Amino acid sequence: MHLDWIWGLIGGLLIGTAGAVFLLANGRIMGASGIIGGLVDGSGKSNWAERSAFLAGVILWPMLFLGIAERPDTHITQNVVILIVAGLLVGVGTRLANGCTSGHGVCGISRLSKRGIVATVIYLMAGGLTVLVFRHHLEVM
Amino acid sequence: MLRLIFAFIAGGLFGTGLFLSGMTDTTKVQGWLDVFGNWDPTLAFVLGGAILPMALAWHLTKSRKPLTCDYFPAPPNPQLDRRLIGGSVLFGMGWGLVGLCPGPAIASLGYGGWPHWVFLLCMLTGMIVTPKLRSALDTARPAE
Repeated sequence: MHLDWIWGLIGGLLIGTAGAVFLLANGRIMGASGIIGGLVDGSGKSNWAERSAFLAGVILWPMLFLGIAERPDTHITQNVVILIVAGLLVGVGTRLANGCTSGHGVCGISRLSKRGIVATVIYLMAGGLTVLVFRHHLEVM
Repeated sequence: MLRLIFAFIAGGLFGTGLFLSGMTDTTKVQGWLDVFGNWDPTLAFVLGGAILPMALAWHLTKSRKPLTCDYFPAPPNPQLDRRLIGGSVLFGMGWGLVGLCPGPAIASLGYGGWPHWVFLLCMLTGMIVTPKLRSALDTARPAE
């Protein structure tokens, strides 16, 4: 438990390195919601192969660890209603805002983008309030 | 072809980073958002750690071209609008409810189990309907 921050830092550095590779090699911003969204809504047709290659890496590389490490528990809720509502909110919200934690958070803040910083402050506050209400007041999670 | 290889490597590093950092553990994410309860600061290290190499990369874009193409992305748009604000509110609510954002939702598919697939399908549905929703919103309430 006390080592969590070190893993957080190591993982964070890898995430940033991933964004740096995508930017310096392919000239593209690593935003997960944009890469996925462009594939499913048809707006990213012209570079679907690049998007797919990226997503294949995202899914496959962590699975390499499953052979050598214990299968991690993601502690995700089993409540189907909450899963459905949250999935829809994340899908619609990130595409309306044109970015999520990776695009606005990591790539936006690191270039001091005003939109990235404002979006990050807002989704952090909305997330914090949601946990406050649903965990401490309604006690459903 | 080279672009696909770089994309696969970037995606792989991204997925591995999300996996190792705890971003696919919904308890850690909700613990980070639980500022008024038992707050878990791990994600500050994740975000901080990610911003460092990324800031260096943005700095390097000033003096060169991308390896496989001619242009870097345009400078950031300074304009704040309703979509950015409203979308971020909705996204934050969904993120808080389950503890998954789009990157970790993909990275955890290989080991997370069925709830991750339910979440993914709904997230993709949301993404598919958004362009229609966007135009409906714009015609219903024209920008000021």
